[in-house]
Amino acid sequence: MRSKSKQISLQKIISTRDAFGEELVELGRKHKEVVVLDADLSKATKTCWFAKEFPDRFFDMGISEQDMLGTAAGLSLCDKIPIVSTFAIFATAKAFDQIRNTIAYPRLNVKIIATHGGITIGADGASHQPIEHITLMRVIPNMTIIVPADGIEAKTALKYAVEKVRGPVFIVVGRDPTPVIFSDDHQFDFRHGEVLKEGKDVAIIAAGIMVEKALRAGEKLGERGINACIVNMHTIKPIDKELIIKIARKVGGIVTAEEHTIIGGLGSAVAEVISENSPVSLKRIGLRDRFGQSGSAEELLREYHLTEEDIVKAAEEVMRGKGSSL
Amino acid sequence: METNVKQREDIIIELKLTANKVRKNIVKMITEAKSGHPGGSLSAVDVVTALYFNVMRHNPENPKWKDRDRFILSKGHAAPLLYSVLAESGYFEVKELLTLRKLGSRLQGHPDMKRLPGVEISTGSLGHGLSVGNGMAIAGKLNKKGYRVYVLLGDGECQEGQVWEAAMTASHYKLDNVTAILDYNGLQIDGPVKDVMNINPISNKWRAFGWYVIEINGHDFKEIFDSFERVKKLKGKPGIIIAHTTKGKGVSFMENVVDFHGKAPAKEQMVQALKELEENEE
Repeated sequence: MRSKSKQISLQKIISTRDAFGEELVELGRKHKEVVVLDADLSKATKTCWFAKEFPDRFFDMGISEQDMLGTAAGLSLCDKIPIVSTFAIFATAKAFDQIRNTIAYPRLNVKIIATHGGITIGADGASHQPIEHITLMRVIPNMTIIVPADGIEAKTALKYAVEKVRGPVFIVVGRDPTPVIFSDDHQFDFRHGEVLKEGKDVAIIAAGIMVEKALRAGEKLGERGINACIVNMHTIKPIDKELIIKIARKVGGIVTAEEHTIIGGLGSAVAEVISENSPVSLKRIGLRDRFGQSGSAEELLREYHLTEEDIVKAAEEVMRGKGSSL
Repeated sequence: METNVKQREDIIIELKLTANKVRKNIVKMITEAKSGHPGGSLSAVDVVTALYFNVMRHNPENPKWKDRDRFILSKGHAAPLLYSVLAESGYFEVKELLTLRKLGSRLQGHPDMKRLPGVEISTGSLGHGLSVGNGMAIAGKLNKKGYRVYVLLGDGECQEGQVWEAAMTASHYKLDNVTAILDYNGLQIDGPVKDVMNINPISNKWRAFGWYVIEINGHDFKEIFDSFERVKKLKGKPGIIIAHTTKGKGVSFMENVVDFHGKAPAKEQMVQALKELEENEE
């Protein structure tokens, strides 16, 4: 179990998609086999920066996600490392068959960067707000799923996916700027979840933008005399079972927090592990089987109970032994 | 010139014999497996035999040779055809064909590239192959390789939207190293293509998408050769060979019978089919 003892400031803010776009250019300079494909969203996904520097290695596929994923498969079979980017909703829901049958089944080396990965994209509404992208990817064998918690982790995760993993990787990044949690020397290892704060009373296991909220919730709980363990579960698949079991045996209850439906995502993954190994009271923070809607990110987080207050409340509830219900 | 014509005639005689062997393998393996897709395997035998035994540069001793031409069976249900030409080419032993569709076999119901050498990409879900071929062709241009990519499409498969997304891509990126072959046998599972979901005017559709279109009799080796020669010379645009074929070609009771799209012959039918195919050889 790795842990961070240093104080996390959460002062600077950067969006994970910007971080992704910057790292992509770095990787392009370093690895000439990296090619990038986008489906008419390069200005939003930030692949436009790569396109500007490497026009010959950038392919705008137009609004055709299925063809884009298939083309990436072909490129990966001829010594290229294709990085495919579009909104999470389109990457997973429109091109599911292509990802399942043509990329994951033969375990091809295609990296899928799914941007705009949650309801906090806001005003565009439910059609553009993915709630099930992680579930969809989780059920596919051979798939690795990473949900970085901040801009630094988005960069390290992408670098890791390109340089250390041979096979399909799905990385979710968000649209809005979010606080930076990690320092520049952050080391990313997808095999291990990261304990950001040790604690014995209750554990909050979070991913993506919810990690920062979990940290803040942890501080609030501390003020009330509750010592919470905070975990950044950046890799949803393969999930760090060992860490989850270890924590479950130590604490009185677990709260999971994700900007995603509680059906099939991080909360489900944790529930599966603890119920088979070390049952403990659990509450899942996430969308409770509802579609999103238009609104500002802040309004939506409140509407769908994805705030630090919701995490605090859930932590107190699990400590009293109340589980989750749909 | 005379000798060229003579040589070509000899090659065609040789290829016809090989195609016949490929057909016999298909009938035997599907009968043994008790399931599979004979109709659409048999219809494309001549074109695919020409590719593997004459047109394509490939090396069964070294299936991963970087400069090889690539063949993608986008209509993955014709797996018995692919397996049969790969075995006859020497990628693996012909006797392994009889393991088709059995537990643990490298010859899965639809092609699995991770199991079987020579399979360029796993296929089965229709509509995927041309996109993959385009990706290989783009990589070929980026890597300054001279290889060509051949993609076999089914006629019913052209009802899949992804085929047309990929058609746009190949022409947009000027992929003259891509050749599609459309096995136009006119039948799909639910009946004649024109009744289920008409794809015509199919040549005009491909032309409108920016492709160079050649229509041939897909069972005439001379026409097959000529069409492959012509597409090789294209500059700046992809080519498609629309091969008019007969579903179940070579076995009288399977020809143009919808039912044999996805049904294995009974043992007695296999005997009858092999007898007909052997008579062809004489």
